Amino acid sequence: MTETAAVTAATRATVPQDAFRAALLDASHPIPSGLRDAQDRPAGRRYAVYRNNVAVSLREALATGFPAVAKLLGEENFNHVAGLYLRQNPPDSPVMMFYGASFPGFLETLPALSGLGYLGDVARLELAMREAYHAADAPALDPARLQGLEESALMAARFALAPATRIVTSPWPALSVWRYTLRPDQPKPAARAEDILVTRPEFDPEPHLLPDGGARFVLALQSGASFGTAIDAAGDGFDLPQMLGLLLKTGAITDLST
Amino acid sequence: MYDLSPSLPPLPGVGYKPQHFAALMDDPAPVGWLEIHAENYMGDGGRPLAQLNALAERFPISVHGVGLSIGGAEPLDRDHLARLKTLVDRINPASFSEHLAWSTHDSHFLNDLLPLPYTAATLARVADHIALVQDTLGRQMLLENPSSYLAFAESDWSETDFLKELARRTGCGLLLDVNNVFVSATNLGYAPQGYIDAFPLDAVGEIHLGGHDEDEDDHGLPLLIDSHGRAVADPVWALLDITLDRTGARPLLIEWDTDVPDWPVLAEEARRAEAALSRVSAGVKA
Repeated sequence: MTETAAVTAATRATVPQDAFRAALLDASHPIPSGLRDAQDRPAGRRYAVYRNNVAVSLREALATGFPAVAKLLGEENFNHVAGLYLRQNPPDSPVMMFYGASFPGFLETLPALSGLGYLGDVARLELAMREAYHAADAPALDPARLQGLEESALMAARFALAPATRIVTSPWPALSVWRYTLRPDQPKPAARAEDILVTRPEFDPEPHLLPDGGARFVLALQSGASFGTAIDAAGDGFDLPQMLGLLLKTGAITDLST
Repeated sequence: MYDLSPSLPPLPGVGYKPQHFAALMDDPAPVGWLEIHAENYMGDGGRPLAQLNALAERFPISVHGVGLSIGGAEPLDRDHLARLKTLVDRINPASFSEHLAWSTHDSHFLNDLLPLPYTAATLARVADHIALVQDTLGRQMLLENPSSYLAFAESDWSETDFLKELARRTGCGLLLDVNNVFVSATNLGYAPQGYIDAFPLDAVGEIHLGGHDEDEDDHGLPLLIDSHGRAVADPVWALLDITLDRTGARPLLIEWDTDVPDWPVLAEEARRAEAALSRVSAGVKA
């Protein structure tokens, strides 16, 4: 650097990270004047590279994490909604696999999306699937351990559920919409409430439609209630054999203590 | 100062992408080592960690962090550093590297490698951060030169002197990204070879290569973007040859992070890297 340039540089405003950061997610914010090109002109489009990198990478992370929401909204609408979200809610951790935890709730605050009432719950299902994907491994319970148990002992037993186990309850057909959106040859969703269980038998999370009372049953077990208390919580008409079969078959139960 | 073993072999490696898992495990001699991005393996379990365990039995692994924000104005995120230590302790990688850049400010992670001015104040801060990382991990780290799109008026250190002084103060090694050199030199109007001439090559523990995109600035001047989304450009291969003539064979990584191709395309890039390493190992000048 020449002597003159050095003097100019020394007298020009510095660019604290606050200032660099402030203009990144806000295109109306002026680019700090201490950012220059090689001819000592204002950085202009050169700064815009960083703006673009940040916005596009966060938007792509949301599109990857919420594929059904992205498809339901279409690319243009999704990019707009994701852009609004990421500016108000940049990640709070470098571990991007968990980015977007507040996206489902955010979708429900947007008046333009109020006609898509199911969208927030579809997003909750996608978030649950992603959490399940990264959850700790846990070997499934050997069903033989349930055999030979006295009924009273079984009713008092507490079940440990796999860390990947998630419940999503929805007044909308959230699972049917998710399947219809992402998977081939699925029936058109019927208007109904759906409660969903997410399990991860090995590495691939899978959603299952729960029978009446199933969500209450699983949530009770998850909170540490005894088997008997969880059955009571499920209510009348609860199909226990179906529910227990599903949990055992998908490796959702990992242990029991009597 | 720190235990330097195990270290990466002076062979071609590739940035690991899950879609290449089967190809890597099935190929008897695909590459000499793999790089993983640390932050993608900070979940509690599932397929990512299972694949990493399987890969680590087969390949030397380089853990490459993209989220420590070593160039940040704020103290390092201790929770993140602890997560990193858990990962490093778990797989005992052949190398750990991070960037001369920042990505977190005011508790917000911006998911990009952002630039910093090179001054006495930033030098002292970055050196403190590197020292903390090395103390926490109990190993030497490598610090990577960035891709630059702009300059800070306040900078009064050259990037090469800045890196050299960081290595001297902290004992860290350097990761020389030759594509970043080419991108920065083009964007900031200097000769890439001059950068290599000024670089403290003795400290180089690893070399990176990746593809870049071409754009223009407001004045119609070339503006190269470090996209890692295509094959390595020919002038970058030429700059690699010049670099290897000075350094000798070094662990050499092909990075391809966006628009990731099928394995054969990436393997072809790795073979080209292998040819460059073979040439210098045989003592043939470029």
